[in-house]
Amino acid sequence: MNLSQEATAKCEVSFTVNGETKKVFAHPMERLLDVLRNDLKLTGTKEGCGEGECGSCSVLLDGMLVNSCLVPMAQAKGARVVTIEGMSAHVLMRPLQEAFLECGGAQCGICTPGMILAAVHLLEKKLEPAPTDIREGLAGNLCRCTGYMQIFEAVTKVARRRVAK
Amino acid sequence: MRADPAEYKLVSPGNLQAVLALLASEPDQWLPIAGGTDVMVLYSAGKLSNRKLINIWNIPELRQIEVFPDRIRIGAACTYTALRQHETVSREFPLLAAAASWTGGIANQNRGTLGGNIANASPAADSLPALLVYDAELTLISARGERQVAYQTFHLAYKQMAMTPDELIRYISLPRRFSAHVSHARKVGARNAQAISKVCLAALGQISNGTIRDVRLAMGSVAPVPLRLTETERVVAGNNIEPSLIDAARKSVTKEIKPIDDIRSTARYRAAVAGNLVAEFLEKLAVSETNV
Repeated sequence: MNLSQEATAKCEVSFTVNGETKKVFAHPMERLLDVLRNDLKLTGTKEGCGEGECGSCSVLLDGMLVNSCLVPMAQAKGARVVTIEGMSAHVLMRPLQEAFLECGGAQCGICTPGMILAAVHLLEKKLEPAPTDIREGLAGNLCRCTGYMQIFEAVTKVARRRVAK
Repeated sequence: MRADPAEYKLVSPGNLQAVLALLASEPDQWLPIAGGTDVMVLYSAGKLSNRKLINIWNIPELRQIEVFPDRIRIGAACTYTALRQHETVSREFPLLAAAASWTGGIANQNRGTLGGNIANASPAADSLPALLVYDAELTLISARGERQVAYQTFHLAYKQMAMTPDELIRYISLPRRFSAHVSHARKVGARNAQAISKVCLAALGQISNGTIRDVRLAMGSVAPVPLRLTETERVVAGNNIEPSLIDAARKSVTKEIKPIDDIRSTARYRAAVAGNLVAEFLEKLAVSETNV
């Protein structure tokens, strides 16, 4: 069984990042977070706790919100990854930026990329999220500055404005 | 110290037969990894003793939920999100759907799996009390074949399981005979989301003319393994729900559980809360008949 030999070295991993095909050389257990930040220089994705508790490293993996600190590169092979950098053209991005600014939803900024991705993930699934949906959708993202209310308010505003249009 | 990825192997055989062949060729060497919500945490902290990992996230055979007339069969690598979104799970197994909704935030629910929750064998695992009261049966598979084990007999002691190193959990089957029961799920933790339980309860019951006909109680975080409260069930079954019965149930719960002091709570607090949760369920069961 040659499976056990080929896994020791770095191997080529192809995947799509923000719509572009990328090839990196990585160990299969390397964290997606580290490859994004160190190899691809996409430093918008932050490392907070490194154990899946804080949501700072949130990215979309095949459309699913995940903590990139818990994804080994072998599982990103062939996947579509979207980071905060890939959100700039997203239809919800400008409304979210404006609402976060208006409500004071961003302070130090470490949690913000993850908050935005979690908010997008929620708003794509629910047209009119209830307050409990918003709290649940963002529960995996910790913020030590705002106290959360401003962030909930910002996401509520985006949802309301979208429906009003 | 952070782990060095160069010291770890992670192979992706891509199909179940190849995974089982590898597990059989070097038993005890390979650790299966699905969504990584437990394994990667240990790995990142430099505390993962296994150096060889086998990727089972991309095995389609492990990701299906199948509904049969008499049971539902859940592939071991189904995520909490998949469980929450499944119509039959939500309708007939609300305790499991509730536990899936408590387990971590959305990002972890998108990756964490039911089989992983079982194999990680934490006494605080949120989904396991639900599996106990629903009479779950596990199908274990290896290159040698398949076998069925009642979940109730699977967790033997702290982190010990009735499974050999070449085996993998393939399915979790739940009989479809509890949808008429009153169900009650409660988790008590430091915070509603993400926090690991101090105590959690999964309870099912039926009542007619004021008398408890069937009752099933299970708790997490109160013993070295998720615990079915069979003694307390015996104390209350066949009785009318009155204050004296609720008192007796509380006393029985306190005797039956084996809580400890740890970073999340104290044995004393856990015992008090465990009694309260069972009392709360009995009160809910009592009024369920009058509410119909």
